[in-house]
Amino acid sequence: VRRLETFAAWILGVLWILPLLYAFWTAFHPPAYSTHFALAAPLTLENFQRAWDAAPFARYFLNSFVLVTMVLAAQLVLCTLAAYAFARFAFPGRDIAFLLVLVQLMIMPDVLIVENYRTLGRLGILDSIPAIGLPYMASAFGIFLLRQTFKTVPRELDEAARVEGAGPLQVLWKVYVPLARPVYLAYGLVSVSYHWNNFLWPLIVTSSVTSRPVTVGLQVFSSGDQGVDWSVITAATLMTSGPLLVAFLLFQRQFVQSFMRAGIR
Amino acid sequence: VRAVYGWLLLLPSAALLGLFTHWPVLGTIWASFHATPRAGKPAPFVGLENYAVMVADEVFWKSLVNNLWYALATVPVSIALAILMALWVNSAMRGRTWLRMAFFTPTVLPMIAVANIWLFFYTPQYGLLEQLTGALGFASRNWLGDPATALACVAVVAIWKEAGFFMIFYLAALQSIPPSLAEAAALEGASRAYYFRRVVFPLLMPTTLFVMVNAVINSFRLVDHIVVMTKGGPNNATSLLLYHIYNVGFSYWDTGYAAALTVVLLAILAAVAVGQFVLLERKVHYQ
Repeated sequence: VRRLETFAAWILGVLWILPLLYAFWTAFHPPAYSTHFALAAPLTLENFQRAWDAAPFARYFLNSFVLVTMVLAAQLVLCTLAAYAFARFAFPGRDIAFLLVLVQLMIMPDVLIVENYRTLGRLGILDSIPAIGLPYMASAFGIFLLRQTFKTVPRELDEAARVEGAGPLQVLWKVYVPLARPVYLAYGLVSVSYHWNNFLWPLIVTSSVTSRPVTVGLQVFSSGDQGVDWSVITAATLMTSGPLLVAFLLFQRQFVQSFMRAGIR
Repeated sequence: VRAVYGWLLLLPSAALLGLFTHWPVLGTIWASFHATPRAGKPAPFVGLENYAVMVADEVFWKSLVNNLWYALATVPVSIALAILMALWVNSAMRGRTWLRMAFFTPTVLPMIAVANIWLFFYTPQYGLLEQLTGALGFASRNWLGDPATALACVAVVAIWKEAGFFMIFYLAALQSIPPSLAEAAALEGASRAYYFRRVVFPLLMPTTLFVMVNAVINSFRLVDHIVVMTKGGPNNATSLLLYHIYNVGFSYWDTGYAAALTVVLLAILAAVAVGQFVLLERKVHYQ
């Protein structure tokens, strides 16, 4: 029975990466072999070259990089401050404020596209990279995660630092932040992969090459006149997922552990 | 003084959350009772007109029903697969590191990218699926072009993408179950199936609730693959609620009506939240 189970697990595993293997096959072989499997099929990088030349992917990559960096930096600062307030300060309305924060876990900016578009229009920053990131910069998930972590920090450490004359912000920086380092790593990985992969909202707010992230760039590219050239489209597809895929394969253990950590509440 | 300090720390987050979560929720409700503003003039109050349009809108009903079927298919299947995957990856099976990678990889890739790959997979005549079914002697068919199969096809993509993600949460939960329980069950002569049913599964209940809520939210929140693979077609067979909102709001620019549609989506999400709260209160306390 055990052996049968192992066999079943392996079948499912193969099934699970089959679409990806298929994409790799198509992307690294000439179009003539895209659906035709032969051992003798020559390997080529030409599809990647053609995709790269056909659209401003370098600019898209830069945009995505700026976007995830900007969002993550803002999230880390804002969530740290808010989590610290919730974990260690007593102020009137704290519990209600916390409940209001948690609302965002259910109602994410992803579903408020119509109103948020209008707000950004009023601010006059449509079609810019900050416009993509702004609705996500205060993150209920991040605040929640860090609050839980900060609460586990022994009060004695906090008080010892304060006796030495450190102000609240210095205590936060010297005591809480270093102790929460694994949580920051976990949150960072989750956030970066979320915003690198995000699509619908960036599709709505961006309309020019200078602000589009790679996901939107890929869609514009593949729904354009490339039409039927699957080899080039798959090459572009792998290219856009490339940075995350490589990072994941290299740091697999950290990725899995981070997602696990982020999931335990 | 500490109280003021607390509020000051919270202020930046509170301002952004208010601007991009709470304010838009209220704004959506307000806008749903008004016509779409035209040429800088303020939108006139129209009462329930947008909702009357909604009741008469066949695409809305179609999208809602589609979305319910879609949730009904993706949520239980991806949860069941996630549990199975986690049990396998957590056991002493050969190649479990490789398996974990295989199951988890779809999670880190952009939905839009994998949707392109699946689109190719489903392509009539020369897609991989056609080649497989053709080799087995089945007749050729257009999987995404047929209203009977299109929704199932996009649901498969969502399950494929999400099962590995949920597996991680179950893996974390399984690793927190003390091994002494399994030993005790083995001493008592309990079968593996019995041990799973009576010990492991109940202990996984809080995780299942958490995963279920996330899966339901995702089924109403994530429509990237619809944009790439079918654009809601054929004949609205794969239109989901958020996709319909996107279409009404950003293809027809009828923002008043889109707001009314969004109110329905918000009501569904609120119902999920209340449901989670009630279940948390009642069922899943094991410690």
